[in-house]
Amino acid sequence: MTQHRSQPALPSDDKRWKIVNATMRRTGYAEHALIEALHSVQDAFGFLDETAMTFVAESLDLPLSKVYGVATFYHLFTLKPKGRHTCVVCTGTACYIKGSTALLDGVQQQFGVTTGGTTPDQALSVLSARCVGACGLAPAAVIDGQVLGKLDADKLLANLAQVVTQ
Amino acid sequence: MNRDDLDEQAHRYQSDHNAGINQEVRVCMAASCQSSGALPVFDALTHALTAAAAPTCRVKGVGCMGLCSAGPLVAVAAPDAALNTATLYRDVQPDDAPAVVAAALGSDNVTAAAAAELETRRIPADLPFFAYQQRLVLEHAGVIDPDSFSGYVAVGGYAALVQALTEMTPGQVIAAVTASGLRGRGGGGYPTGLKWSTVAKMPPGQKYVICNADEGDPGAFMDRAILESDPHRVLEGMAIAAYAIGANKGFIYVRAEYPLAVERLNTAIRKAKKAGFLGNHLFETQFNFDVELRLGAGAFVCGEETALMASIQGLRGQPRPRPPYPAEAGLWGRPTLINNVETFANIAPIIENGGEWFAAIGTERSKGTKVFALAGAITNTGLIEVPMGTSLRTIIETIGGGIPNGRAFKAVQTGGPSGGCIPADHLDVGVDYDSLKTLGTIMGSGGMIVMDDSASMVDVARYFMEFCMSESCGKCVPCRAGTQQMHGLLDKIARGQASHADLSLLEQLCEVVRATSLCGLGQTAPNPVLSTLRYFRHEYEQQLQLTGV
Repeated sequence: MTQHRSQPALPSDDKRWKIVNATMRRTGYAEHALIEALHSVQDAFGFLDETAMTFVAESLDLPLSKVYGVATFYHLFTLKPKGRHTCVVCTGTACYIKGSTALLDGVQQQFGVTTGGTTPDQALSVLSARCVGACGLAPAAVIDGQVLGKLDADKLLANLAQVVTQ
Repeated sequence: MNRDDLDEQAHRYQSDHNAGINQEVRVCMAASCQSSGALPVFDALTHALTAAAAPTCRVKGVGCMGLCSAGPLVAVAAPDAALNTATLYRDVQPDDAPAVVAAALGSDNVTAAAAAELETRRIPADLPFFAYQQRLVLEHAGVIDPDSFSGYVAVGGYAALVQALTEMTPGQVIAAVTASGLRGRGGGGYPTGLKWSTVAKMPPGQKYVICNADEGDPGAFMDRAILESDPHRVLEGMAIAAYAIGANKGFIYVRAEYPLAVERLNTAIRKAKKAGFLGNHLFETQFNFDVELRLGAGAFVCGEETALMASIQGLRGQPRPRPPYPAEAGLWGRPTLINNVETFANIAPIIENGGEWFAAIGTERSKGTKVFALAGAITNTGLIEVPMGTSLRTIIETIGGGIPNGRAFKAVQTGGPSGGCIPADHLDVGVDYDSLKTLGTIMGSGGMIVMDDSASMVDVARYFMEFCMSESCGKCVPCRAGTQQMHGLLDKIARGQASHADLSLLEQLCEVVRATSLCGLGQTAPNPVLSTLRYFRHEYEQQLQLTGV
């Protein structure tokens, strides 16, 4: 006979926890669905904090250390909150050949943040990606999920200026 | 359901689907054209067609047509007709919509200026980019609506699965794949039939099929385009493989960086389940097959099969030593078949036309066609499919349109961070698994990055080493520490501060890391260095001379 294990209470009455919980319920709280669970936390909250990782660990009956280990292994998971907007500069080979370094330099200079950082006013996070698969339009960047291709530093900054001031 | 029933269903879908339609305007809705502005073009065309009140014509969103640099691409063709019969337009803007619709309807209800403007964007029918291709894997890309299940069945989709289930034994399916000579398209080139028969020979019990869609090589987007353009084709290939090896469960491991591919795969799985093409007792046989999608989370090493399986099991994506191979002990220790997206996309035509038909395409030891992603310093960037053995010169100069901005060709990089660079002297080599290996690189998954004479090869080697260094999972020392050291040396050389001793140390390290790393990532990490040293040693030596020692 299998013993029924009770699920932990949601960390707060924030509705987003219900979405996270629903994802885990759909996979039967299986421990192999850990990455799915972390994706759903990050989609809902934008990053993974200790509360979230503890909640996921308890729900899936895993040690917190293991959840932390997985969360820090994969590049897409972030343990720090992101800014209101994100700019991901692709640094894949095609983009590199076509000048992605200049794009990153331009953004870093303009906003005074290094790759992986967020501006002090939380307006913009600057990230780099290994390849967004838009090699035909190199060099490319992704602003708030929207892929922009055939860029140069000026074009990218003009696009960012529009988004960030909104 | 047998083959005749499916044919009948296909005819019904075809007549329902294409009822009263004699022309369609296709808009490429793959990721690349969407970033170039395909969505507003689609809306404008729909609007223009409504305004023209022409029920015999429709607007259809389709997958990748290949010429990404000229997007948004729009094609006018007969319903579901092959791409090479379509009239294509490049760089289409929403303002062009009335002219496109008029061209499709053959009407003159458009201003002469707009018609003339559109005419300048018409792609000539004999453009070498299209004329030299042979589209087999991509036969439906740019033709069907990837989100439409009936659209796939209407062009003959799932016929191969029904044929395999109702007319063939698993052994016959494997025999056909073996006879085709198909080799793994993920890069290794392992014979697919052999892999299938190894898993099939394992004792009966729980087995798994995995589709590796973790296309991590920077500069490669073949799998992405296949998934975005023809997702059912991949599901069909997986189901046939599952039948052949005796599995009832499949996983598709796809990069989270490909949201559109994920969305279309989810739609395809949902619709196939609803139509009874996935699930239990398929087509009234004893065969059950279910597919689940698993998302990656940005780790290049997860393209390695043992790391990928760890990731599906919710663990850190770290590889483990082989043997045991996945065929013996894979997911949760069960026999597991892992193939790449493009490999699965080749299966349906092999079953329908027979292994011998497929084996007639390509070279002696590399059969069939290969999809390549052209990027970098080349006029026509995008996706192409050519028979194995096509020369690099044909691919780069004829299909790719050569090097832009009046610059000269310097090298083409294949195989991503595991591959190498090929210089101009070897452009006449026909591309297949073995010829590329002889040249010191690998086929890889199919990314081709062209570099012009402004590229510094030391810089390119440093770029790839930086990639391997940061993507190393850290499990084994040669890769974790070796890539770090090699990157340090390359950086020193690139900055002009290195001595000859540094260069020979680099060469020694390459050998050690290649020979002693645990998995493919480390074993192949020195390749970009070794290959640039082989063909462009003088560039390294020029950098050394800057120090004068």
